Amino acid sequence: MREREDEWTGLMQLAISGDNAAYHRLLKAVTPVLRAAARRGLARAGQPVDQSEDIVQDILLAVHLKRHTWDVRAPFAPWLFAIARNKLIDALRRRGRRVFVNIDDFAETLPGEPAAETVPANEVTAQLQSLPVRQREVLQSIAVDSASIKDTAAKFAMSEGAVRVALHRALSNLTAKLREQ
Amino acid sequence: MDTDQLIRTLAADNGQRARPVGVMLALMLLTAAPVSIAIFFLILGVRPDIMTAMHNPFFDLKFVVTLALAISAITVSLHLSRPEASLRGWAWLLLIPAGILAAGIGSEMMLPQRLPMMTRLVGYNSRVCMSAIPLMSLPLLAGALIGLRRGAPTRPAVAGAIAGMLSAGLAATLYASHCADDSPLFVATWYSIATAAVAAVGALAGSRVLRF
Repeated sequence: MREREDEWTGLMQLAISGDNAAYHRLLKAVTPVLRAAARRGLARAGQPVDQSEDIVQDILLAVHLKRHTWDVRAPFAPWLFAIARNKLIDALRRRGRRVFVNIDDFAETLPGEPAAETVPANEVTAQLQSLPVRQREVLQSIAVDSASIKDTAAKFAMSEGAVRVALHRALSNLTAKLREQ
Repeated sequence: MDTDQLIRTLAADNGQRARPVGVMLALMLLTAAPVSIAIFFLILGVRPDIMTAMHNPFFDLKFVVTLALAISAITVSLHLSRPEASLRGWAWLLLIPAGILAAGIGSEMMLPQRLPMMTRLVGYNSRVCMSAIPLMSLPLLAGALIGLRRGAPTRPAVAGAIAGMLSAGLAATLYASHCADDSPLFVATWYSIATAAVAAVGALAGSRVLRF
């Protein structure tokens, strides 16, 4: 576990210095841990665990938009689990339960637990419709059609810089809308 | 959108990174300060005997206390903008201004006084003090909260209260140059009440706007 967390810290340091591939690997690596914790939190609150993917996506968006608050000299895991815990509590409260989330939910490793099936998430998809058209088009082009920033720029006759800005605004707006709901 | 798609999208957005919370907080406080300074000169102004007052150590002490409050509250605010941070090990910073004030009260007690203690405590200006400090704090508090929204405080009400203390500290620094009451007893009473009021407003506002 210690090794795993050191690896995360290393990947996040690379990510902050501009390595997109390291960032991608890091997010891939933390997602199963977040998913397991979200499922346990939901189960304990007596909620259907198939909503876990909404919570996972909510956490990932917060991690992304708040990563400048991570201190590159500090270990990454405590920062990540603090964000995740905050989002999980929020999500469970929104579902009408006051629950206590155990920090160990995140810190524990679960070597024996089979990887949970990825279930569709609805909240992000639902909020996509409320984004301004251009932001939605850019986001869908990159997320759903797997187009690069360059290809997306060509497709919509935009500059790459404009695509980057639209993508970032789309993610920020999406997060704000998820918070307000 | 499935999670793999979201992750790919976030990785594509890795180039866009927000500036540190401290930079944003500084910018917002610098934007708000002229508003508070304008309020100060419009309704209060510097006290006329400021040149002689500056030779009174108890006049100078007011600025030490209010600036100590502002600086320690700024430090704690920035610390709390990290999600894994807690007040433990940091809350004592907020006691520094109280400690300075206590030392001030102690030394005033040892000096011969022209006025009885209650007169010094009640002062001449308490009502102005209690309304002017919160009033001048409000623009600064708004600026501080906008700046701190960049952060990720997991206890937004606490972070908001500290933002209130930092803006009260800055506003009280302005007010101290108007106020003719220099006794540390006056400062400990009325400045504290004003600061507590602003901290309460900050906590209320923070619990709404600092959630992330």
